[in-house]
Amino acid sequence: MSQVYYTEDHEWIRLEGDEAVVGITDYAQEQLGDIVFVELPEAGSKVAKEDPFIVVESVKAASDVYAPVSGEVIAVNEALSGEPALINSGAEGDGWLVRMKIDDVAQLENLMDADAYKASVA
Amino acid sequence: MTKTLPLSALHEAASARFGPFAGYSMPISYPLGVMKEHLHTRSDAGLFDISHMSHIEVEGLDSGRFIAHACPYYAGDQAIGTGRYTYMLNEKGGMIDDLIVSRLSENGYLVVANGACAEKDLAHLQSLAKDFNVSVRHRPRIFLALQGPKAAEVLLRHLPESSALTFMQVLVTDVSIFVSRSGYTGEDGFEIAIDPGADAVAFAEKLVNEPEVEWIGLGARDSLRIEAGLPLYGQDMDETVDPLTAGLAWAIPRELRSEGGYIGAKAIAERVEVGVARKRSGLTPEGKAPVRGGALLYGSDSDDASEIGVVTSGGFGPSCEHPVAIARVDRSYNIGDTVFADVRGRKLACKLQKLPFVPHKYQRGKVQ
Repeated sequence: MSQVYYTEDHEWIRLEGDEAVVGITDYAQEQLGDIVFVELPEAGSKVAKEDPFIVVESVKAASDVYAPVSGEVIAVNEALSGEPALINSGAEGDGWLVRMKIDDVAQLENLMDADAYKASVA
Repeated sequence: MTKTLPLSALHEAASARFGPFAGYSMPISYPLGVMKEHLHTRSDAGLFDISHMSHIEVEGLDSGRFIAHACPYYAGDQAIGTGRYTYMLNEKGGMIDDLIVSRLSENGYLVVANGACAEKDLAHLQSLAKDFNVSVRHRPRIFLALQGPKAAEVLLRHLPESSALTFMQVLVTDVSIFVSRSGYTGEDGFEIAIDPGADAVAFAEKLVNEPEVEWIGLGARDSLRIEAGLPLYGQDMDETVDPLTAGLAWAIPRELRSEGGYIGAKAIAERVEVGVARKRSGLTPEGKAPVRGGALLYGSDSDDASEIGVVTSGGFGPSCEHPVAIARVDRSYNIGDTVFADVRGRKLACKLQKLPFVPHKYQRGKVQ
């Protein structure tokens, strides 16, 4: 079973081997409201942990999404350009943002698990 | 200290999400969400708590002359029972605030001002009042806006007298309630002021319990007014911006643009004579990325392009289904021209476009 980690900035990261899928949490999408645009990085771009690397825009405002770990973006969720509201309907599923190759899996150690995250936003 | 709205308990019961605005903790959105709240207002009716707005009463023998000194219009000739969009200017012609001034009686006017400007406006008017036989005082009220194509039929059930009003007419049924056919969405609708207390709470509850009505938060209020091309003080204009540049010169009677006794008249006459460097325009981004207030505009997408304007308000327009913005651009630019907005370092193509994005549906009635 794949392990999912959560950040204080409301991103989730699901580990699949040395790759990971990243998105924003359901709590985050609910706070943002209706998503109307997502600015995704290009596949192949390198990011450092905590870099703002994605912008999610609701009707109200633009919000940065921070890289939960350092690594390389290897794929982006192309479906979001036509249907950004996928983030609202499935933030932790179809509304994923990017797939990354992780530099150092040890960076995940300081992140929260599902229960700890749930408690942090309660 | 952030203040709490008098109807806060109603918003909490409706599970509103709150945020600070104009010194108040305001409902930003409700569980329906900004997008649906916006669309509901355009299709049915939305109820907004706008009690953060300031109500200032001006009374006295000189009230007409006083308003005509503080605001650039013939307040003394204003018909009783009508409201008017106007503003207060400083000596340089910059805007202190924009207002709706209603004439309630021979010697009584009501000034409705922006919440964020409440203290500044009151101080300004009270200082001017020293030279006039008038009293100027703030009146705390609950202020609701009911907006949308079904607003009139809903309000008819509770305030039958309201149906007689046309756009910018006002009704004072008794001392405790004030109704104006006006709003900030581009839709037909009403703004209703009631003295705080149990009656006001009951009235708001009656309205929102109507099947056509939903609570609408500040998020949708902003997207609705941008689509309607309506300016927001503090964003689209401020004390450094004159009404010509802001696209609001229409609110000054033509004769008063070249000569008048109101504060700022000299500066306005000069601007009319010389012309302004920039003017207001609508802006439609060609892509899907919203272009928001503060984004700089350029004449081309090359690195050495010169700045030709700035976005003053912008976001996504749920009724338009694309991003919408209001901008100030160099006066040589025209509707239909392509300009480029700097969004996070990228220059996005946008077309200058006539305002409003969504046609106004005001109930204007017969031409007099």
